[in-house]
Amino acid sequence: MSQTDIYTLAGAALFVIGLYGLITRPHLIHKILALNIMSGGVFLVFVGIARRVMSPDPDPLPHAMVLTGIVVTVSSTAYALALAKRIYSETGMAALDAPDVIEEPEASSG
Amino acid sequence: MASVMPKSPRSVRLAAAALCAGFGALLVRAVLAIPEDHPGLAPVVAERIAESGVEHAVTAVLLNFRSYDTLLEIAVLVLATIGVLSIAGSHSSVWAPVAEEADPVLSALARLLAPFMVLASGYLLWAGEHAPGGAFQAGSVLGAAGVLLALSGYARPAWVSRFGLRVVISVGLIVFLAIAVGVMFLGGALLEYPDGYAKALVLIVETWLTVSIGAILVSLFIASASPIEELRARAGDGR
Repeated sequence: MSQTDIYTLAGAALFVIGLYGLITRPHLIHKILALNIMSGGVFLVFVGIARRVMSPDPDPLPHAMVLTGIVVTVSSTAYALALAKRIYSETGMAALDAPDVIEEPEASSG
Repeated sequence: MASVMPKSPRSVRLAAAALCAGFGALLVRAVLAIPEDHPGLAPVVAERIAESGVEHAVTAVLLNFRSYDTLLEIAVLVLATIGVLSIAGSHSSVWAPVAEEADPVLSALARLLAPFMVLASGYLLWAGEHAPGGAFQAGSVLGAAGVLLALSGYARPAWVSRFGLRVVISVGLIVFLAIAVGVMFLGGALLEYPDGYAKALVLIVETWLTVSIGAILVSLFIASASPIEELRARAGDGR
């Protein structure tokens, strides 16, 4: 158990927290946030793994993959948000589940 | 709070918690099982970095050794932008000012900052050759400049047509694809840069990627930022 393992394990914990949120939260924005937390965890795991080597320099390959991953996360988040907004504007619902768990839109939100 | 956060039934939450705990334990075991006494890929990259055309290891991996990752990445970005523009942004509202009445202090500050952000973006692009930086970081700063301008009440300049914006969004992917396939006519494999031309080709690809990524990030932001009432009104008009 080294210092870098703290990052790796924190990344794994974040991934699991995000996974729990993704499964249990019906609201679409919560699901998108959960996905983002999951990818944050994956990035942290990669950064930790990059240091889990004997050489003095960190492994550049996981770093490059994190860079790629960040960009893919940004674009998928934007697309997911656009889909969620479209679903809300078409159906008035912000979740995919049965109507009894639907949150009423607040008057203040716009 | 006027509304209660929706929750799943208790049974679903318990099952999910058990599943996540088990999966988390597996993840921890798997991560800790990775051996610590191997040298990693850093020596391999360091050995071949002279052939890559750049001096920084991460840039060499991104733009040369694993450039197909980056090619697919920009393709994902362009696809996501096409998706967002078709779903969220009407064609006329793309890159309209997000705030109608911007704070005068904010808009003056944004006007001062924007040229420096473009300069910083150019520096990051150049620095990526030998230090942390590169096309995606440079593109992010460029995109942030555009988002800042949009939030401060500046619209798309009149000389940027809708078609022009779409050309800029896709030019990075087009140039990258053209170079990737073009080197095959010189006898190489896909994305195999010929000897001695790697640096120039990497720099060309990175420059156009930066421009595209900046435009993509601004378009993603602004198309998603249109108010829901506007989206509804448009949906109503279409029927």
